[in-house]
Amino acid sequence: MGTISLKNISKSFGSTQVLNNLNVDINDGEFLTLVGPSGCGKSTLLRIIAGLEQQTSGDVLIDNKNVNRVRASERDLAMVFQSYALYPHLTVRRNLETPLRLRDYNAFERLPLIGNFSPSKKEKTESINQLVNKTSETLKISELLDRKPGQLSGGQRQRVALGRAMVREPVAFLMDEPLSNLDAALRVHMRSELSELHNSLKTTFVYVTHDQAEALTMSSRMAVMIDGNLLQLDTPQEVYDNPSSLSVAQFVGSPKINIFKGTSDSSGTVSFLNVNLKRKSSESNTDLHIGIRPEHLEITNESNENTFSGTVAYRENLGSDIFFHVNIEDGSNKIIVRGLPQFTHQISNGSSVNIKRVSDKALLFNQVGMRVQFTNA
Amino acid sequence: MEAKQYIGEGWKHAILIIGAIVVMLPFYMMVSMSLKSQQEIQSISGGLIGAQETQTFPVCVKTGYSEETCTMKPYQYNYWFAFEKAPIPRYLMNGVIVTLSIFIIQVLVALPCAYALAKLRFYGREFVFSMVLFCLLIPVHGIALPLYVMLAQAGLVDTYSALILPWTISVFGIFLMRQFFMTVPDELIDAARMDGMGEYAIVWKVMLPTAIPALLAFAIFSVVAHWNDYFWPRMVITGNRDLFTPPLGIREFRGGIDSDEFGPMMASIVTVTVPLIVAFIIAQKRFIEGITLTGMK
Repeated sequence: MGTISLKNISKSFGSTQVLNNLNVDINDGEFLTLVGPSGCGKSTLLRIIAGLEQQTSGDVLIDNKNVNRVRASERDLAMVFQSYALYPHLTVRRNLETPLRLRDYNAFERLPLIGNFSPSKKEKTESINQLVNKTSETLKISELLDRKPGQLSGGQRQRVALGRAMVREPVAFLMDEPLSNLDAALRVHMRSELSELHNSLKTTFVYVTHDQAEALTMSSRMAVMIDGNLLQLDTPQEVYDNPSSLSVAQFVGSPKINIFKGTSDSSGTVSFLNVNLKRKSSESNTDLHIGIRPEHLEITNESNENTFSGTVAYRENLGSDIFFHVNIEDGSNKIIVRGLPQFTHQISNGSSVNIKRVSDKALLFNQVGMRVQFTNA
Repeated sequence: MEAKQYIGEGWKHAILIIGAIVVMLPFYMMVSMSLKSQQEIQSISGGLIGAQETQTFPVCVKTGYSEETCTMKPYQYNYWFAFEKAPIPRYLMNGVIVTLSIFIIQVLVALPCAYALAKLRFYGREFVFSMVLFCLLIPVHGIALPLYVMLAQAGLVDTYSALILPWTISVFGIFLMRQFFMTVPDELIDAARMDGMGEYAIVWKVMLPTAIPALLAFAIFSVVAHWNDYFWPRMVITGNRDLFTPPLGIREFRGGIDSDEFGPMMASIVTVTVPLIVAFIIAQKRFIEGITLTGMK
């Protein structure tokens, strides 16, 4: 069991409001990612779940029990921190043992020396050892058990920190940007390891990150937070394809979504630049933002009413894809177009190109940034 | 270029050497005088260790020992007579009891205080901390008399408590440890909380081990100050010689029936100083090794 519900959570530090009335239901066994730009309150929300921070108002429920008045140590959650926060003076083995010792030994058994006289301690020590060995084998850190954290590399520390969280078999794991201190290659590798770990443990994961790529790759659902508000909570695919607002669309996806200024006429038909979308918006006679992702634009030789032209300002070659940063002719903004290397390798900086959109992929947003739907007609 | 560099380095070393001589000279005098005979000391002759001629020492004979026992080499006499005349082991033991008790209680008080001031959020924290800073400004001698009166009223004059109690709350210790705890990352404390530790367990099991270097610095400060303290023990130990701390013990050699005898006096001072120097050398090694926070980032 590991369901977590947040009901009307608000938090303010002094007069600064960091979280506005958030409601989130986290299902048992789910990998939920809280994602947002830095300063959006996602870490604060995680700390409120953990009990390290007290919410200004609202309720936290773990397994349907209200834990507002329960201390962090008694919520049976485990947390992995960005800096790993391993005890620097203890060996890896002792680091892993610590949460178990605190859980299993009673106050008398924890006393130095005389604690050893307790008859039940030997048995408990045995089971602690077994759990530590099992966890270290799962994470492949068995050979590191006698080292101090200072002697480990970043990736190894990361594993030990995970181990310290796992060993207690908590109700849920809370992770606060655990991968952001790793180098890029290791980070990508650890993403898949974390996903595997989640699949085998089948425990609830709540994962905080500012990296939308991590959120998209690992989570079963992602919650996009901006400025203390929860903007959208859905599966990664749904958030990517169907963002609820302009800020979500701009935050999720790399490179960023292209935003064009457009209008809808009295019948609701939407157009931008010289292109007519031939579809109708539910809001007529208004200015709109039209979002088209880089992969939904193509460089083409055609020139017709469905294309517009521009000049390549910068060519970003990633090997598998080439991204062209293009200045459009009306000079309003710079857009990014994805091209496949086999078709576009001869295009260089400064050349002028025609760009065609893939139909049915445009997203509409109104002036305040909320999503506007196309009418089916 | 290189010659210039050497001259620059030479100047630095010359200044440092002069400084070292100024500091070391009294120690040289102390050791030298503890080894020489009274005549050599008074005539300023004999270099470091003197001639070491076997002789009979008149003060010793006057004190009541036979001439045979009083005939020996000066260095033997000085140290033997120092221990004969005053119960130096007893004084040393008193010194150890007092300084260690003070230090241990200071740590027991200062660590939780410093932790609260550095890491816990509570109403009035800044005010409490400013009071700590304010207390740093109060000189001990200014409050000595009221303290003495209080101890006297409590009937504690001439006890170990009188030597220990007034020093158990070290404002300096609280301040020093608080400044160190500020540098310990909050995440480490949060991790300990998540693992199920209470606040006191965090102080003793997480903060204390990471603070060893700062604690050693404080230990050196505290132990040296109270081992060498003459002012306070002189005030509260009025009659009972069994409670004399080492500095009070040295005073036994001053004046008296036979004028000052510098040899045994210096021998007793050497005996009193050596434990501190040894302790400092041991602590210094740990000081440099230290437990760093390298496990953190």
